[in-house]
Amino acid sequence: MPVDIPAAVIGNTRLTPEYNVLSLAAPGVAEHAAPGQFVMVKTAPGLDPLLRRPFSIFEILRDASGAPVGISLLNKRVGVGTSLLYDARDGDRIDCLGPLGKPFEPVDPPAEAWMVAGGVGLAPFATLAQALAARGTSMTLFYGGRSAADLFHESFFTGLGATLVITTDDGSRGERGRVTRPLERALAARAATLPVTMYACGPTPMMRAVADLAATHARPTFVSLEPVMGCGMGGCYSCVVRVTRPGGTHFVRSCIEGPVFDAASVVWDALKGGHH
Amino acid sequence: MADLSVKIGSLTLKNPVIAASGCFGYGLEYASAVDVSALGGVAVKGLFLNEREGHAPPRIVETPAGMLNAIGLQGIGVHRFVREKLPELRRLGVTTIVNVCGSTIDEYCEVTRVLSDAEGVGAIELNISCPNIKEGGIQFGCSLTGTYDVVSAVRKVTSLPLVPKLTPNVTDPASFARASEDAGADAISLVNTFLAMAIDVETRKPKLTNLMGGLSGPAIRPIAVRMVWECRQAVKLPIIGMGGIATVTDVLEFIIAGADAVQVGTANFVYPTLWADMIDGIDKYLDRHGIARVADLVGKMER
Repeated sequence: MPVDIPAAVIGNTRLTPEYNVLSLAAPGVAEHAAPGQFVMVKTAPGLDPLLRRPFSIFEILRDASGAPVGISLLNKRVGVGTSLLYDARDGDRIDCLGPLGKPFEPVDPPAEAWMVAGGVGLAPFATLAQALAARGTSMTLFYGGRSAADLFHESFFTGLGATLVITTDDGSRGERGRVTRPLERALAARAATLPVTMYACGPTPMMRAVADLAATHARPTFVSLEPVMGCGMGGCYSCVVRVTRPGGTHFVRSCIEGPVFDAASVVWDALKGGHH
Repeated sequence: MADLSVKIGSLTLKNPVIAASGCFGYGLEYASAVDVSALGGVAVKGLFLNEREGHAPPRIVETPAGMLNAIGLQGIGVHRFVREKLPELRRLGVTTIVNVCGSTIDEYCEVTRVLSDAEGVGAIELNISCPNIKEGGIQFGCSLTGTYDVVSAVRKVTSLPLVPKLTPNVTDPASFARASEDAGADAISLVNTFLAMAIDVETRKPKLTNLMGGLSGPAIRPIAVRMVWECRQAVKLPIIGMGGIATVTDVLEFIIAGADAVQVGTANFVYPTLWADMIDGIDKYLDRHGIARVADLVGKMER
């Protein structure tokens, strides 16, 4: 059950000139949020920008007693709305609607969970890693960024027992190149009898590459897609993704049937670019 | 507590605030966040006879104080609607207005017949104004004889309140209001969206896959108010006004211009829980101005 809260900014940690973690007092959202769900955020009051922006819930913030009091967002400034969130100050009120969307389903042991994150696509994996840790599921985070400066919260994941495999585009940390290369080697090395479920979030080409590897190696895989979204509630039909369903392929609304999809069901060609 | 009820033909709305078609899914999507039965009505997403896929994304783009959309009337078709959605809408007590689409006059009539035989439909909103589909729709809505022909044909197959939804993409919407009245409509609704474009100057490509889309949101509100006022001068029919309504002040502006009821679309995308405050705000205004019934405010612009 989503709620719309004029959430107060209670912290804004600027990690780099591009990335920040914005903390919002939103107990009603935090209380019901599940891993992989998102919120629709009004980045400024008034009519510009008019529409809200979807953000994965990054962390659930808790008070000393462990009660959920808010959420944080991992934000990368790429446009007007994300720049406003980068510049937000403590005490600002930011309308926050959520939690929304279908969550990840954390896999149980003996299966292992392999999370694949590219850049700001790390966002949905903090809460997923907590859910996996609570189940005692062994997990690995394959995490790719442009450079060492663009990798965050590694100790959070290692603290939960996750194995980290790092890649950077420039080779300043971990292996140089795409995150899917070590993933491919790991898949090839793992005996088919040992179950693995993969979870991916990041740039579309990365998620598509993970989906291709998943198909080759017959591993169940879930992706968190991020199409342009108007309302987050299923009202506008703008965020559709083409997926395979019984009887053919259909456009489905990623806000209510996603954002998490079975990678094998996504018609990736239909996600290419946007403009014709 | 003022009387907020509104008559649209034989249908009585409990208040004048309706969720606009294309902006509220089939209504049920919002049931987890909103008491949908408290709205004056819900105009569900446009329905053809069969399922429709709609346009390839991106389907929306933001513009100053507004947005363009080219959804392409993706929908489940009238039969699935009657089977899968209508029973739940009835159970929730929703006043359901069904937006009816067609590629031909025959299709408009057939969709309307199916809905007239079903239980729980409050009114038919005839979509002759969607700017985003190639066949049917706006072709009827941009021609006076086309409007007359489709409205009079559908009139013959239903006794449900019939509400043609008019396009603003004509020089004189009031003449289309008259054509609708002459053809036997019970009310009219306006405006649908304004045909528009946006281009990415770096790539020099249109921002919508469909090239053009319909502009909605607060940016269009003053034009919509003008068109509602013009139609009010031209016809006696009830008018359902819409176009960029986001606040109770906007609702009142449309009513004073001549709307009996209003629809809210784009603003619902931003504030899906706005309904209760909006309806309460009308009541407070009427009390503050000593007006007993919202019907008494319709068209009462002072000059």
